[in-house]
Amino acid sequence: MGVGSVTAPLILGIESSCDETGIGIVRGRELLANEVASSVAEHVRFGGVVPEVASRAHLEALVPTLRRACEVADIDLNELDGIAVTAGPGLMGALVVGLTAAKALAVALNKPLYGVNHLIGHVAVDLLDHGPLPQPCAALLVSGGHTSLLHVRDITGDITEIGATIDDAAGEAYDKVARVLGLSYPGGPVIDQLAQSGNPKAIAFPRGLTAGKDQAKHRFNYSFSGLKTSVSRWVETERLAGREVPAADVAASFQEAVADVLTAKAVDACQYLGVDTLLLGGGVAANSRLRELLAERTAAAGITLRRPRPGLCTDNGAMIAVLGAEVVSAGRRPSALEIGADSGMPISTVLA
Amino acid sequence: MSLVLGIDTANDVRVGLARDGQVLVSLAVEDRRSHAELLLPLVRQAATEAGISLAELSDVVVGAGPGPFTGLRVGVAAAMTLAEVLGLDVKGVCSLDPIALAWADRGDAPAEFVVVSDARRKEVYWARYTADGARVEGPLVTAPDQVPGLPLAGPGATLTGRAGSGPDVLDAAAMAAAIDRLAEVGTEPLYLRRPDAEVPTTRKSTLLQPRIGMMGPR
Ligand SMILES: [Zn+2]
Repeated sequence: MGVGSVTAPLILGIESSCDETGIGIVRGRELLANEVASSVAEHVRFGGVVPEVASRAHLEALVPTLRRACEVADIDLNELDGIAVTAGPGLMGALVVGLTAAKALAVALNKPLYGVNHLIGHVAVDLLDHGPLPQPCAALLVSGGHTSLLHVRDITGDITEIGATIDDAAGEAYDKVARVLGLSYPGGPVIDQLAQSGNPKAIAFPRGLTAGKDQAKHRFNYSFSGLKTSVSRWVETERLAGREVPAADVAASFQEAVADVLTAKAVDACQYLGVDTLLLGGGVAANSRLRELLAERTAAAGITLRRPRPGLCTDNGAMIAVLGAEVVSAGRRPSALEIGADSGMPISTVLA
Repeated sequence: MSLVLGIDTANDVRVGLARDGQVLVSLAVEDRRSHAELLLPLVRQAATEAGISLAELSDVVVGAGPGPFTGLRVGVAAAMTLAEVLGLDVKGVCSLDPIALAWADRGDAPAEFVVVSDARRKEVYWARYTADGARVEGPLVTAPDQVPGLPLAGPGATLTGRAGSGPDVLDAAAMAAAIDRLAEVGTEPLYLRRPDAEVPTTRKSTLLQPRIGMMGPR
């Protein structure tokens, strides 16, 4: 079912797994509305997402965001073919706000409910920008909450995670390093900015799980906890020695370590899986060095790189709506009205 | 003509319908952990049992707490979304008030009494009322021994170590029937507690930890 097809399903998607309240509306792979309210500013002074603060903000933002999305899309809600919602993974208190709203819409409008996997939404959102996905393909998802390498055979029902972080998500490492350098939260954009003027080779920070001994068990897994600690120790040592910390060099060297290991393992995964397309998704996909290095390395390996526009990489409702539309087009059954939110929803579960 | 949906998730899961002040159907599931799973199926069931379509509703009244936050938000999110989509007026009320009003309507309420619910963490939510069901103090969250020594009602009464003598639970259909006699508190949940979160102050030293596996400056 392509763009403009009269039978393309009209789907409203709701996302509330972390700190963005998103409502998106799509017709098949055509984006009609994508309204997002973020509570990120409320988390700044805590240096990270506070679940209860996020949950309260979701409830406040819910109806205004829904109203804006409906206005922008200019559709009659009675024409919807279904309501899609993030069922997991994510913060429990945050997830249930969106899930409840989706169920209320489903009951009020008498429409089917589709409780979908947030992570797969990050893959599906690229369909809005670049059309059908060659399957099988690989996907690298990087954000404040996740760092995963996926093997996507069928976006509506057959995905396996071949690697993931064994400790912190890449985005968390950015936040921690930003704090160490006295920069603001969230760390991703500020470090990316500062790194532009730094030397990425100034400091040799460690590349987690890249040693030969890690190949057997952790070939496609990531670890950023050691890198994070290494950066704070390096900075603290300099400060104790009374030397001025070269913040731009630290930012550039840290960012290089993250991008190096993310891209090397992603390309290795594509070759291992025998796929010729790699999709980059998640909030950190907007990072300039990651994009640049990944473009370089995939080109050298003959792999096509796909990446949604930065505005669609962060959490939003459109990614949930378009995954819902794919699920409907594939003829998959709706979710039961009794489904719960699943904070640890496995990647193998596309639809609750 | 009014057809009112009543929802409360401040304790367990409660849904009721009332037409022109008359109770149609009242449903409850005594489960305090599965609000998100149970609420909307219960709304659908109530409509089916009452033989009405949700499109016929004129109002929705929702208990805005106080209550455990995650469950509480389920009721408020549902009420606000239904109101938005169906074009209804939504009224938020203190979840302790309908219990007080039910005691007043029963005709045997004492001159002054307290309605109590479980706030977990060894605390209770409570509010003080006069015989006509009017709230004169609260809602508050305190230790159980801070509750005034007055006759008690509500699902948390026994947490004070004393027995309750008034209604112990909220009836959502009675709440819907009494919508015009309940005080509006808005739809922002009555949290009463601030989020548990600490603003980081001092930076923890990473040098005091063993330097295992560290790659130092070059
Ligand atoms: Zn995400």
